[in-house]
Amino acid sequence: MGAAARAEVSIVPEVLPADLASIYRKLRLIRRTEEEIARVYPSDQIKSPVHLSIGQESVPVGVCDVLRPDDVISTTYRGHAAYLAKGGDLNAMIAELYGKETGCARGRGGSMHLIDMKQYILGGSAVVGTTIPVAVGYALALQREGQGRVVAAFFGDGATEEGVFHESLNFAALHRLPVLFVCENNFYAIHEPLEKRWSSRQLCERVRTYGIPAWQVADGNVLEIRRLAGEAIGPLRTGAGGPAFLECQVYRWREHVGPQEDYESGYRERSELEPWQERDQVRLLGDQLGAAERAGIDAEIESVLAAAFQFAETSKFPAAPDLFQNVYAE
Amino acid sequence: MSTPNSPRLLHYVDALREAVSQEMERDARVFVFGLDVDDHRGIQGSTLGLQEEFGAKRVFTTPLSEDAMTGVAIGAAMAGLRPIHVHIRMDFLMLAMNQLINIAAKAHYMYGGAVKVPLVVRSMIGKSWGQGAQHSQGLYGMFMHVPGLKVVAPSNAYDAKGCMIAAIRDDNPVIFVEHRLLYPTEAYVPEELFAVPSGRARRCAKGNDITLVGISNMVLECLRAHELVAEAGVQAEVIDPIWLAPLDIDTIIESVNRTGRLLVADNAWTNCGASAEILARVSESPKTLRGVQMARLGFAATTCPPSPLLEQEYYPNPARIAAQIHQMVRPGETGWTPDAARAALAYQLQFRGPF
Repeated sequence: MGAAARAEVSIVPEVLPADLASIYRKLRLIRRTEEEIARVYPSDQIKSPVHLSIGQESVPVGVCDVLRPDDVISTTYRGHAAYLAKGGDLNAMIAELYGKETGCARGRGGSMHLIDMKQYILGGSAVVGTTIPVAVGYALALQREGQGRVVAAFFGDGATEEGVFHESLNFAALHRLPVLFVCENNFYAIHEPLEKRWSSRQLCERVRTYGIPAWQVADGNVLEIRRLAGEAIGPLRTGAGGPAFLECQVYRWREHVGPQEDYESGYRERSELEPWQERDQVRLLGDQLGAAERAGIDAEIESVLAAAFQFAETSKFPAAPDLFQNVYAE
Repeated sequence: MSTPNSPRLLHYVDALREAVSQEMERDARVFVFGLDVDDHRGIQGSTLGLQEEFGAKRVFTTPLSEDAMTGVAIGAAMAGLRPIHVHIRMDFLMLAMNQLINIAAKAHYMYGGAVKVPLVVRSMIGKSWGQGAQHSQGLYGMFMHVPGLKVVAPSNAYDAKGCMIAAIRDDNPVIFVEHRLLYPTEAYVPEELFAVPSGRARRCAKGNDITLVGISNMVLECLRAHELVAEAGVQAEVIDPIWLAPLDIDTIIESVNRTGRLLVADNAWTNCGASAEILARVSESPKTLRGVQMARLGFAATTCPPSPLLEQEYYPNPARIAAQIHQMVRPGETGWTPDAARAALAYQLQFRGPF
């Protein structure tokens, strides 16, 4: 999008000092939550496969920062970051990982199926690409509603290989639905790199052939993601534009599933990680704050986290006779 | 069949359309979409006129993207709308399995009751006139397997309307199975809105010698078989389960305990299908008396061929059902077969393709 087109959109958010603090808080909360999950994981209290977002926090944080509370997001099995970025209940998330009745899915979903409908966070799915058309269907309902609400659909690079991704783009563009597609491109599907999966790296070009404007952010910069998301969403709210697409390149620091690093396993080198750590958005945003403010945020997050894990540990498991609850809606 | 108010003779296809139209009138959240729902043929007439009546926002066609369109229906349902997604053949549902099995069926449970998926998936089974391998499959057994889905296969116009209304009002995903050969059949159907509730079977014909369970259009063929064996003095009771999930096994068991014999005629393959499930549940129920004789008829365990003689061999038919009944009830009298001309069904005499 050129400068002229940008100028038409008045709602591109300025980055105020208060925004920086709030963005840092979200980034830091997600990073520390997942580090804490990784720390607790070997104790076997979390009996749910965890797909950590460490290194990828800036995508949902940047996008969700320009969403309204009544906007909707869809997530994936690597969904902790998006859930927290949109304001999902932290206590309920940790309790869900612990399989407790107080979990966000009452212990029936687990880490891969986080949901918080009070914050309009649609549930995640373990099957790659599956939530994309569901997000589009929600956007169809929002278009009919006509209140200017939008959907941000998060998914990974692997999902763009699924037929349903292309079907969803086509339908959303055909009906000019208020949905922002956000691809978190971390270059790997489990352990397989893009070179072994994509005939061409021109993802944004592919998307543009559906008549969908598409932007790429190649360095994970949270403020750039936020700026572009703001530009993209403006026309969606007014109905002036159809769907839009953001490709955000990021790097998954830990293994595909589980709490560890996996640079010794042979499919990727630690040297790939290093440039991403140099531009770690959590640290860089924190560096822009005053020392006292940053320390205050960090301390508050530690306190909130301790309370969340305490909440999860002390909550009850669902009772065995409740196995059949919610098989069918009454 | 009980017909409470102002019943008129109505074709199955018109009963379907009337149910949808009346529900759309009653509830602005209901919408209809799917390839061809708004064209000049309107899914064999079952959606004809709906777009004119309710507008293009509530009745619209789709790209040929069964997978994504099913996801769209699910997302819209989660947002509070009540979609009816139409497929002109059941075979096409195979393209929608991920969304139906992994999301629609599981969302309410997997998300701890936070969302509901009130979705109706209409699909049609084809038969005869060379429908062939991929226009003829009765795949409802696959959906019966999965907790969280409801499955219904109405066999007449009355149930078509009542089940459609029940399905639209249900807060769960309902796989609505229609048989193409039932579309021109007629029954008395009330003009008023009424629901045929899920999980209740109906006895269509009385008899004490054997319990005959037919599924979808096999109910008609079972009723014809009931007439054929009656000429030999055999009284077959005919039960239509109507809803396959949840399945009203108690009505079947009550009948079986009276007759001591059970024959299920399915509109699908027998292995791992509805007929297998019915026999298994009757067999394992502590309510079932001992010593019940059981058998099944269904599609031959092959792919459906279009060539006429092969196709005829592939399907169960009233003569074969009647012969099986006779063999079970009168095992001593071997070789009985009904009069072939009397065994023919209306569609075999009248129907001309293509659909």
